Amino acid sequence: MSDVTNGQRIATISVLVDNEAGVLARVIGLFSGRGYNIDSLTVAPVDADLSRSRITVVTRGTNAVIEQIKAQLGRLVPIHKVADLSADGPHVARELGLIKVIARGEQRVEALRIADAFRAKIVDTTIESFVFELTGASEKIDAFIDLMRPLGTTEISRSGVAAIARGTRTII
Amino acid sequence: MNAEMNHAETPAAGAQVLLRALKEQGVEVIFGYPGGAVLPIYDALFQQNAIRHILVRHEQAAVHAAEGYARSTGKVGCVLVTSGPGATNAVTGLVDALMDSIPLVCLTGQVPTHLIGNDAFQEADTVGITRPATKHNYLVKRSEDLARVVHEAFYVARSGRPGPVVIDLPKDILIKPAPYVEPTREPHRSYRPQTEPDAGQIDKAVALIKNARRPILYTGGGIINAGPEASALLRELVAETGIPCTNTLMGLGSLPASDPHFLGMLGMHGTYEANMAMHGCDVMINIGARFDDRVTGRLDAFSPNSKKIHADIDASNINKVVTVDVPILGDAGKILRALLERIRSLNAQPDRAAITAWWRQIDSWREKRSLAFVQPDAPGSIIKPQHAVRRLFELTRQSGRETFITTEVGQHQMWAAQHFGFERPNHWMTSGGLGTMGYGLPAAMGVQVAKPDALVIDIAGEASILMNIQEMGTLAQYRLPVKVFILNNQYMGMVRQWQELLHGSRYSESYSEALPDFVKLAESFHGVGMRATSVDDLDRVILEMIKCDRAVIADIAVDQGENVYPMIPSGAAHNEMLLGPDKNRDNAEVTNAGMVLV
Repeated sequence: MSDVTNGQRIATISVLVDNEAGVLARVIGLFSGRGYNIDSLTVAPVDADLSRSRITVVTRGTNAVIEQIKAQLGRLVPIHKVADLSADGPHVARELGLIKVIARGEQRVEALRIADAFRAKIVDTTIESFVFELTGASEKIDAFIDLMRPLGTTEISRSGVAAIARGTRTII
Repeated sequence: MNAEMNHAETPAAGAQVLLRALKEQGVEVIFGYPGGAVLPIYDALFQQNAIRHILVRHEQAAVHAAEGYARSTGKVGCVLVTSGPGATNAVTGLVDALMDSIPLVCLTGQVPTHLIGNDAFQEADTVGITRPATKHNYLVKRSEDLARVVHEAFYVARSGRPGPVVIDLPKDILIKPAPYVEPTREPHRSYRPQTEPDAGQIDKAVALIKNARRPILYTGGGIINAGPEASALLRELVAETGIPCTNTLMGLGSLPASDPHFLGMLGMHGTYEANMAMHGCDVMINIGARFDDRVTGRLDAFSPNSKKIHADIDASNINKVVTVDVPILGDAGKILRALLERIRSLNAQPDRAAITAWWRQIDSWREKRSLAFVQPDAPGSIIKPQHAVRRLFELTRQSGRETFITTEVGQHQMWAAQHFGFERPNHWMTSGGLGTMGYGLPAAMGVQVAKPDALVIDIAGEASILMNIQEMGTLAQYRLPVKVFILNNQYMGMVRQWQELLHGSRYSESYSEALPDFVKLAESFHGVGMRATSVDDLDRVILEMIKCDRAVIADIAVDQGENVYPMIPSGAAHNEMLLGPDKNRDNAEVTNAGMVLV
């Protein structure tokens, strides 16, 4: 995830926060208040006692803007750690998509073929519809959805990106 | 109070526990205004004597008063307001404190927990509204969290880059019994700002300073916030190295104005020598300032040929506006000490001859006398506002009284910054970042509460002062002898100045129509009113004002057409200053791009 267009890069930032009321609003408010982009955002508690949550934000900007975003996140009081996964080394980023396709006849068969090629799981089916579950890099889910759209009515639900560093590096 | 109460005893009501925690945190004064949601706190206040309560006339003023208290003492200011409108009225003060890094804890009442979200009477989403207005905020939903949250709030307010913290207190939490806990000695679980500078960065900075031929110190409010020791260290550093020093609006007083190394304030209304030296320096040493747009002017022409050192307690200030060569994260005082020790141990003072040549250049800029003004001395002459501030400075200095100056916002604020010489830190309180008209009177009130024997003067404009004029009532109630020194030009002067310079002299809505009679106004609030309408009256009025042991409004009629000079117009660079109507424009003109800027 390091596409470079006109000096901008995409950054996947993981933030370890206290799992308390309002902490997500602080992070989102920081992005909207200072005019930064959010491409994707996920959050869930990660400690055994649920005391801390991990927020993963995918954002874009020039290097200076990304550095500023990290510094601004770092000064929020309930934040324990800010890590720029895309800059700190190799990492794995995954997203889950649930894609409903309503189609009949040949379109329906084609949807099934494409799903097979993508190793998407069928998690619900009726005579007229499928719900596919697909996990992978965001680009893979994008490609899958692009192929499904012409085949019928589609409805999409995506989780946003969860990411973690490869190897032994941690942010705990 | 239950100060002697032990842990294990029957828990007291939340309001009592709250006061105990405040006392433990060193709170002596609360500035506040009662209302339904905070009645339990007021009831607890009534039954104790340890904490004094100052009843303001508007919640915004409570926050500014706490700011004045905090800035003059270095302590955390404390505010108490009710839910809903009490909290929303406080928001301007909170943002003001956030922008100027002033440590405050603001207690807001809230409807009982079971009514939150129901649009109850005087309910507002206070934590939602104040989230971007504070350094941090809390809603206490469980009695067992109450004491811990109070202790934590004070830690957050005063640590790292200081700022305002809100604690939203539902009424049931104040009534129900709550356990008291002592503050812990451990650092906060997540918030641990770095205060010790990195030795490697100090070395890099010292190497730049050693080889500098045209260095400048550009210092700001961070030095004031780091305590008086930091200002003393700045003086030592300047004396040790001979480096010229300019202050931001927030940093005035960190180096004595009478120090020959002091170049005056820099920026939009800074001195010619300060701005030219910033433009022409080869090494810039920024300590505790944040490259504010009032300071830098046009960014792409800002100090183009210098290596820049930036010391700041807040990592997000570094490389935010200006990219620097040597960032140093930490407390301004600790950084100054480290720099000084390293320069001494390595004999890394800059080359004497180079510094002497640099001072020759600076002295030639000083000869422009960019703050000069002409006060006609014929009897009956109209008073120049700069002259009024100068005389106020001279006469207060001669009085020998410890003097604190606050201001409102506008032309008078800039004239005060330019012409009043500040010798010590914590004696100058002005709304820098937010630029809040109505700041000065309540801030002066807070200073006077902290320093009952000092001379506290709000240098004001006739427009700003009306924004919190109700606080004259507070001055009367507590016999606070604050002096309000109004430079009355019957205009929102800074608006008028910009309209003159940028909008073809079309003075849209900037004339102060239907002004009150300030003398009678002072009297109606049990104070003393005075007036000077010509230069003949000025000294007499100032002296009477200084002598008076009651609250005073001195209404000083000044020249309506006077502008603040020098001026870097919006969108211009440091070396493109307007020096005054009767002097050459130093190739300055306002561009269309500049017009957009504020």
